[in-house]
Amino acid sequence: MLAYVVRRVLYAIPILIGVNLITFALFFVVNSPDDMARMQLGVKRVTPEAIQKWKAERGYDKPLAWNAEAAGLAKVTDTIFFAKSVRMFAFDFGRADDGRDISREIRTRMVPSLAVAVPVFILGLYVSISFALLLVFFRATYLDVGGVVLCVAMMSISSLFYIIGGQWLVSKVWHLVPISGYAGGLDAVKFLVLPVLINVIAGIGSSARLYRTLFLEEVNRDYVRTAMAKGLPELTMLFRHVLRNALIPILTGVVVVIPLLFMGSLITESFFGIPGLGSYTIDAINAQDFAVVRAMVFIGSCLYILGLLLTDLSYTLVDPRVRLE
Amino acid sequence: MSLLKVRDLSVAIGPVRPVQQVSFDIDEGETFALLGESGCGKSMTALALMRLLPAGGRLTGGTVVFDGTSLRELPETGMRRVRGGRMAMIFQEPGTSLNPVMTVGAQIGESLALHHGMTGVAARERAETLLAAVGIPDPARRVDEFPFQLSGGMKQRAMIAMALAGEPELLIADEPTTALDVTIQAQVLDLLAELKAARRMATLLISHDLGVVARMADRVGIMYAGQLVETAPRADFYARPAHPYARRLFAALPDVRLRGTALATIPGSVPSLDRPLCGCRFAPRCAEAREICRREVPDWTFLAQGHAVRCHFPATGARSSGVPAPAGESVAAEAPAPLLEVEELRVHFPIRRGLFRRTVGHVRAVDGVSLRLVRGRTLALVGESGCGKTTAGKAVLRLLPATSSFLRLDGQEIGDLPESRLRPFRARMQMVFQDPFGSLNPRLRVGETIAEGLRALKGRGAEARVGELLEAVGLPGAMAQRYPHEFSGGQRQRIAIARALAVEPELLVCDEPTSALDVSVQAQILNLLRDLQKRLGLAYLFITHNIAVVDFLAQEVAVMYLGRIVERGSVDEVLRNPRHPYTQALLAAVPAIEPSEVAPVRLAGDLPSPAAPPAGCHFHPRCPRAVDTCRASYPGETAFSASHTVRCHFPG
Amino acid sequence: MIAFKPVLLWSDLLLLLLLAAIAASGAWASRQEHLRAAWARVGRSRSGMAAATLLAAFVLVGIVDSMHYRTLLPGKDGKPGAYSVEVNSALDALLAGLRNRTEKTYSAPLATHLYAKESVEGPEGSAAGREFPRLKHGGAHLGAELDRHSADVAASAFRGLALGLAAWLPLAMVFAILKRRRPGTAWEAVSATLLTLALLGGPAAALAGGYHVLGTDKVGQDVLYLTLKSIRTGLLIGTLTTLIMLPAAVLLGILAGYLGGWVDDLIQYLYTTLNSIPGVLLIAAAVLMMQVLIDTHPEAFATAADRADARLLALCAILGVTSWTGLCRLLRGETLKLREMDYVQAARAFGVGRLAIMLRHILPNVMHIVIIALVMDFSGLVLAEAVLSYVGIGVDPNTVSFGTMINAARMELAREPMVWWSLAAAFCFMFALVLSANLFSDAVRDAFDPRMSHR
Repeated sequence: MLAYVVRRVLYAIPILIGVNLITFALFFVVNSPDDMARMQLGVKRVTPEAIQKWKAERGYDKPLAWNAEAAGLAKVTDTIFFAKSVRMFAFDFGRADDGRDISREIRTRMVPSLAVAVPVFILGLYVSISFALLLVFFRATYLDVGGVVLCVAMMSISSLFYIIGGQWLVSKVWHLVPISGYAGGLDAVKFLVLPVLINVIAGIGSSARLYRTLFLEEVNRDYVRTAMAKGLPELTMLFRHVLRNALIPILTGVVVVIPLLFMGSLITESFFGIPGLGSYTIDAINAQDFAVVRAMVFIGSCLYILGLLLTDLSYTLVDPRVRLE
Repeated sequence: MSLLKVRDLSVAIGPVRPVQQVSFDIDEGETFALLGESGCGKSMTALALMRLLPAGGRLTGGTVVFDGTSLRELPETGMRRVRGGRMAMIFQEPGTSLNPVMTVGAQIGESLALHHGMTGVAARERAETLLAAVGIPDPARRVDEFPFQLSGGMKQRAMIAMALAGEPELLIADEPTTALDVTIQAQVLDLLAELKAARRMATLLISHDLGVVARMADRVGIMYAGQLVETAPRADFYARPAHPYARRLFAALPDVRLRGTALATIPGSVPSLDRPLCGCRFAPRCAEAREICRREVPDWTFLAQGHAVRCHFPATGARSSGVPAPAGESVAAEAPAPLLEVEELRVHFPIRRGLFRRTVGHVRAVDGVSLRLVRGRTLALVGESGCGKTTAGKAVLRLLPATSSFLRLDGQEIGDLPESRLRPFRARMQMVFQDPFGSLNPRLRVGETIAEGLRALKGRGAEARVGELLEAVGLPGAMAQRYPHEFSGGQRQRIAIARALAVEPELLVCDEPTSALDVSVQAQILNLLRDLQKRLGLAYLFITHNIAVVDFLAQEVAVMYLGRIVERGSVDEVLRNPRHPYTQALLAAVPAIEPSEVAPVRLAGDLPSPAAPPAGCHFHPRCPRAVDTCRASYPGETAFSASHTVRCHFPG
Repeated sequence: MIAFKPVLLWSDLLLLLLLAAIAASGAWASRQEHLRAAWARVGRSRSGMAAATLLAAFVLVGIVDSMHYRTLLPGKDGKPGAYSVEVNSALDALLAGLRNRTEKTYSAPLATHLYAKESVEGPEGSAAGREFPRLKHGGAHLGAELDRHSADVAASAFRGLALGLAAWLPLAMVFAILKRRRPGTAWEAVSATLLTLALLGGPAAALAGGYHVLGTDKVGQDVLYLTLKSIRTGLLIGTLTTLIMLPAAVLLGILAGYLGGWVDDLIQYLYTTLNSIPGVLLIAAAVLMMQVLIDTHPEAFATAADRADARLLALCAILGVTSWTGLCRLLRGETLKLREMDYVQAARAFGVGRLAIMLRHILPNVMHIVIIALVMDFSGLVLAEAVLSYVGIGVDPNTVSFGTMINAARMELAREPMVWWSLAAAFCFMFALVLSANLFSDAVRDAFDPRMSHR
């Protein structure tokens, strides 16, 4: 078990290095820092001096990966690659274009992101699984068919419309909660209800349909027939046998996103004006703040790899075949 | 007084009617066996009794009266009390029929809680008692284990324990031993017989195996195409089967006495059950069918006490037991140069563990096997599943990398040839696989499949020979244009043989080619293989677990246990006069259709893991003769004749 | 000189390639019995056939919108004129009426007046206060008889219905004959869908002559025209992405599964690494960088359409990079299973080469997974386009797409009274497109997935 975990952790290192190299190539090799400066400063009326200044402000005025002029170790360390990419492993992301420290910004913005993402995750899972179990209980009836049609219809609606429609109905027509905004402490609740609700509803269609398929696959297995032959009631069979076995494939898809909850949601946060990491990213994209986008890519990858690790570990909790071997 | 009375039971699944007007009784403490080939409706009958038909299936007629209650009219809640409580069922595949994420104890406990309201410590103790009763050693530990920690035989025992938990009056056993090895099957059958005697529990046994039924049943019912065609007390049935179908089944069984003759086969196939049938449903395949058979559905004819048959012209005489084979058939006088020589074949798979996946040991799937095979003869490699016989077969063809071996085909060393230089030899040795459904690419026409080898090894001009090859295996040449899904299992196996024959091999490795087939189809394939051998002088390395097939087809036998050969010799030497205790037990475990008086040797326990074979003689933990010597050293070879050798310290 | 010059954008070329590929694989599939049988099963599904009909209508619009050209501008002073820098499509030509009849700003569906008040001058040059001015085009044919408005709309709609029915009847007859020939196929669903389309499209077409059926947007463009133009973008994103990623996914998946060893390790490492970068962020980074590349190399693009097209293709490519991993992993797993099948062993026993085994024995047996993935991805990609364009990392802001439409329209929800029609139009068309894609992919999956067949 321990060896298994350690091996998974070790495997994460080359992946992180790969991610780092990809981001480096994307940000500095595809376009030279000169190009980026020209783009940001306006392509037409840009002077070489302005470009030089822009680069110096951001530390992009060094060679890419090999500083031939420097001496000794600085040949490697006094480069963009070292300063911008290798430093990331120490979670040192430098400063954003507005001069703020990115790492600090990330720490403060994590909380609002989690305040939306965690309730959406838990509630969404609960609602989707319940709905799917209901459909499976009524399998091969019109209720099941109707439920599936509803799921397909719901998953055919863009998440944008869920948000726009929800904001319009709940906030503009019914005046139940503020349309957007955020506050600290308990005041946050009135701002969070709507985004959480909308995100849960928006997710039901596809996840309930997926879970229904997984449950149906289990229902058709031999051990379910054995359980029924014992005289178990259908509901007990569903909860005790089918749900527990179907949890294994469900976990694969679910656990991996748990760490990513930190990242928040781009769309939701920007629509509802929640100052989380999602809206931070969106603002950075719109302002073309490369340092922030780069930092978010790296953090996102770290969290995903953490998610993979958690997935592996969660198997050992639900699947005795993995735990005991 | 009948415990269960079934009258005119009919089942429909969509347009298919798998069970039609089946009637039978089971008395208290009696074992009634439903016997028939796959697809005859016997499992569906059992599920219908439990009201557990698959989705879309429904009871369309008839009555089921269990101890005075009509089960069809019972509400679902009442039926749930019967199910598992008074009427329990065990299924064919112990591997998939237990919930993989629940402990054995919890699964037994479910039944105890439902039918006896037993929970907690009481339930746990009861579960342990039940596990002990079905012969699971160390039940206190096993009760907390998950199904994957148990061997196949243990899982089936645990399933029986689960069925017993409700203390049923009727046990339905649906092919309870089909998925098990023959020595384990013997153990489970003994267990079922003991339980029946101890608890006076009635049993509905569903089986396709004439041997198993002969061993277990009090009365027998034969099913064909959804109908019961004959019922009789066991002894009467085995002595004088009356229905032509039943008689044909017996004749299709391979047996040493039929060596050198062709096995009886049943032409044609079972009619499809999605349209109404007229006349006797066996008539199209029946050699004795007359005009009336095709026109009128036969009614029951009563022959003797409890013996009834649905046939216009039932047979009355005793079943012929086959003509004894001419002794000493085709024993090669002086062994010519061998076609295949294998020495010290080893196939080890590394076990990787720990942080850096270091190799910490090996699964010794094949561990020093030597074989010798002469042109035109058959060497049977016999053993139970997991003994390494299939791995050995594939390694001989170099489909698996051998860890070490000397492999000579016709005197030329091929064990270490690179793939490019091996190609000319590939044409000389071919393989026929076990699973007729996995051995043909479903996306290729049969003709393309057969031509593949020709094109790969013999160049152009392949297509012309395809028709010829199909006819050689008894299929019309025009069928080359069809896809595999249009063929039955037996036909696919013929196609697989044609594919192998295409490149004119001298050696054919047959890996259990008939074990997935029904008896009547198996007979066709065995006949075909023997014909081909006679005509083309093929040598067969025949891998099987079926002793009767060995007896019928092979001249030499090698018995494998845990990667090694423990006994070898001619068929007569090994099967008539086995010396190794494992061979003896293996032979004794085969349920015979002829009653025998000899008390059989039973093997305890399961096959150990080839990753950690027992020290000394691999067989000692299960061996009745084992002494300290056996635990200390692996026995050397003892020769009983020029051909008969045994690896045992105390050959008997 | 001819009056117009055909323009083949890169995306048009790829679309042509895709159509050719579909035609070729269709011809190939018709000779493969199992594929023919599977498609016949799709044909038996009513919802599948209805969805396919609707999809075909969308595809038709998309193809017409992909025939691009540049018109010849009239020359000055006897000199030959140059070609316009504006690239138009055949759809633009067909809908020239809609395209050219722009108003000043918002107007509601079928309105005759603008949605915003303007100060108008009185008859004698005196300011007469603010009022809703008449539209330039919407309902212009009514002249002063504004009380005839509703009657005219009703009459046009009725004429459109009759026209739609008349257009549908011969088609219905064709499908009735087909139904008699191939009774298994759900031709009646096709017929019914066409009827619905005719009954909706007829009145819309009839009304479009005189009115803005779905209103106009902020700069006065006809919303119906915009929604029809959005279809091409959605279709391209949904199909080209798959086209771009498919070869890599199939090749690497099968190689990893069949060869194993270090090849497998390498490919697994590759897709785990790519997968671990959150998709949106990778797309954001890549699109940002692509934009820099486009902006700093203006000389490479002759027209604005070329630039927008380059961005669209870049988006498809990067979406492809983020989405091939799932299919690759599926194919690897399936290949691992197939590799152990007896028929593969049998082929190896004949000394058949590895390449031949992968082509003859593995590829045809994983084809169903590829086809299922192809149709299943489509709807997700159309939805993704809207979200990405909203975030600003989707298509070029000048490209008409559902995403840019929603983005432009959502600001107007806050207006009093609300401007709802652009959003509603985008919603309806997008819902129809994605729903039909989902239903179609369900039918395809049921028909192709061997595990589904017994249910």
